[in-house]
Amino acid sequence: MRLKIDKLGVVIAALLAYGAFLAPFAQFRANRIVPGEARSILEALPAGLGAALLAFVMISIILIVLKTPTIVRLVLGLVALLVLAVLIGLSAGHLTPPENTYARVSPASGFWLLSFAFALVTADALARLKLSPFARVALLAAVAGAIAALLMSGAWDGLSILKEYGSRAETFWLEASRHVVLALGSLAAATLVGLPLGILCHRVEALRAGVLNVLNIIQTIPSIALFGLLIAPLGWIALHVPGAQAHGIRGIGAAPAFVALFLYSLLPVVANTVVGLAGVPRDANDAARGIGMTDRQRLFGVELPLAFPVILTGIRIVLVQNIGLATIAALIGGGGFGVFVFQGIGQTAMDLVLLGAVPTVALAFAAAIVLDAATELSSNKPGRAA
Amino acid sequence: MKRYLPNLLRLAALIILIAFLVQPMLFEPLLKPLVQANAPAVYNQGSLLSLTLSHLATVFTATLAATIVAVGLAILVTRPIGAEFLPLSRSLVNIGQTFPPVAVLALAVPAVGFGEKPTLIALFLYGLLPIFENAMTGLSTLPPAIVEAARGTGMTAWQRLTKVEIPLALPVILAGIRLSVTISLATATIGSTVAAKTLGEVIIAGLQSNNLAFVLQGGVVVAVLAVLIYDAFSAVERVLSRRAGRV
Repeated sequence: MRLKIDKLGVVIAALLAYGAFLAPFAQFRANRIVPGEARSILEALPAGLGAALLAFVMISIILIVLKTPTIVRLVLGLVALLVLAVLIGLSAGHLTPPENTYARVSPASGFWLLSFAFALVTADALARLKLSPFARVALLAAVAGAIAALLMSGAWDGLSILKEYGSRAETFWLEASRHVVLALGSLAAATLVGLPLGILCHRVEALRAGVLNVLNIIQTIPSIALFGLLIAPLGWIALHVPGAQAHGIRGIGAAPAFVALFLYSLLPVVANTVVGLAGVPRDANDAARGIGMTDRQRLFGVELPLAFPVILTGIRIVLVQNIGLATIAALIGGGGFGVFVFQGIGQTAMDLVLLGAVPTVALAFAAAIVLDAATELSSNKPGRAA
Repeated sequence: MKRYLPNLLRLAALIILIAFLVQPMLFEPLLKPLVQANAPAVYNQGSLLSLTLSHLATVFTATLAATIVAVGLAILVTRPIGAEFLPLSRSLVNIGQTFPPVAVLALAVPAVGFGEKPTLIALFLYGLLPIFENAMTGLSTLPPAIVEAARGTGMTAWQRLTKVEIPLALPVILAGIRLSVTISLATATIGSTVAAKTLGEVIIAGLQSNNLAFVLQGGVVVAVLAVLIYDAFSAVERVLSRRAGRV
C-alpha cells in the first residue's frame, strides 16, 4: 500500500509542530496586569503529562500528514480539542503557587496555535463530510454541552478569564441578557417592519430604488457615529413625549443602541425580501392566478413560502451582524458584552477583554450555524421542485 | 439631464467634503445649533484633514495587503495543485464572517499592543473574506468555452491565468474589494477605541464630551467617503465588465 501525503495536512502539521515545540503553552503573571512570563508545555504541565501531550501531538502530526479517512480526522480533531481544553485547566492549577490568589495563568500563543490547528482539522473534516443540517446542529449542541460541562466541573477555575468572571458573575449575566435582548429585539423589530416594506418595494417598483438607496446609505454611517447621533433625538423624545421615559426611552443607554441596530438590520431584511420575491418563478405565479387565487392568497400561499429561504439568509446576516455590533452599545451606556471589552481595553486587562469577546464570538458562531441549518432545511422542503 | 444628476450630486459632495476638511471653520454656523453655548462646534483637538488622511491610509494599507493575500489564496485553491484546500477555505470564509470586527480588534490588542497595529490587523483579517470569496467565485465560474479555447491555442497555465482568467474575473474581484473597503472605512472608526489615528477620534471625543456636532462631523465624513469610494469602484467595475463581455 502506498502512503499518500495530504497537502493541507502538511500546512497544519507545521502549525502543530511550531505550536507544540517553539511557542509558549501558558502564560504566568504574578498579578492581574503585569507582563506575563512564558511557559512551555513541559514547564506548564505536571511531569509526565507534558511529555504525553508532546507525544500525542507527534502522533497527530503523522495521522494528519498522511491521507487518513475523513472520519478519523474528525474524531482526532475533536478529541485533541477536548484534551487541550482539559490540559490548559490543569496547567493553571500546576503553575499557580498554593494559597496565592493574585497569580494569573492564561493560555499563551502555543495553546491558541494548537487549538487553531486542530480546529482546522475538524472544520476540514466537517466540510468534506457534508453533514446534514440536523447533524450539524446536534454537533454544535454537543460541543456547547462539553464546554458547559468543563465550566461547571471547575476544571477551568484556575484560569485568569474565569477569575475575571468570578469577580463579576452577576454583572456578566446581566450584560449577557442585555446583549441578547438588544441583538434579538432589534432583529424582531426589523423583521416586523422590513418584511412588509420589502413586499411593498417588490409590488411598487417606483419605491424600490429609493428605499434601498436610503438603507444603503445608512449602512455606510459608522456604527459608533450612528449610536451617537441617535442620542439627541431620543433624548428629545424622552423629554417631550409623555410616557416615553416610563418605557425606558432615554437619550443614552439601550434605546439609541436598539434603534441603531434596527436601522442597520433593515437593509438585509428588505433587500433579501425583494430579491426572494423577484426570484419566484413566473410559472408559479401564473398557475396561482390561473386557479383563481386572490393577491393576498398568492402572497401568503405561493410567493412568501417560495421566497422564504432567501429571506432567512437575510435574517442570518442581520443576526450575526447584530450580535457583533451590540458590543458597540457599551460605548453609549447600552450594556452588553462590550462593557467588558471596553473596560478591559481601558485597564489593559486582556482577560477582561476576552471575557467580553469570547461569548460574543461564540454567540455569533452558534447563531450562524443554527440559521444556516434552518435555511438549508427550508430550501430542501419536500414537495418543492428544485 | 436626468443621467447626469447623480454625477453632479457626487461632484458636489466631493467639493463640500474637501472644503470642510480644508476650511472646517466655514461650516461653524451650520454646526453651532447642535452644541451647548460654549462648546466648540468644529473638532479642535487636531486637524480633521490629517485624521482623514491617516484614516484613508490605514484602510488603504489593510485593503492592499488583504487583496494580495486573498487573491493569491484564491488563485491557489482554484488550481489543481491547491484543490485539497478548497473545502476548508470555503468553510473558513463562512466561519470568519461570524467574527464581529470589535472582537477581532480587541483580540489583536494583546498580541501587538495599542495604536495603529491592531486596527490594521483587524481590518486586514476582516477585509480578506469578501475579497477571497469573490475572487474564488470569479475564478471558478469562468465560461468553460473560453478557458478551453485558451488551452486549445497552446497557452501555458501561467499565460491562461494572467491573460484570460484574471482579466475575466477582475470585475467580480473588484466587487469584493469594494465591499471590503466600505466595511473597513466604517470599522476603522472603532480602531480609535484602541488609540488608532482615525476619524473615530472625532466621534469618540463627541461621545465623551456629549458634543453632537463632533459625532455628526466624524460620522458624515466617513459616510460620504464610503459612498464616494463605493460609487467610484462601481463605475470602474462597469467599464471592466463591459470590456470583459460579462455585462
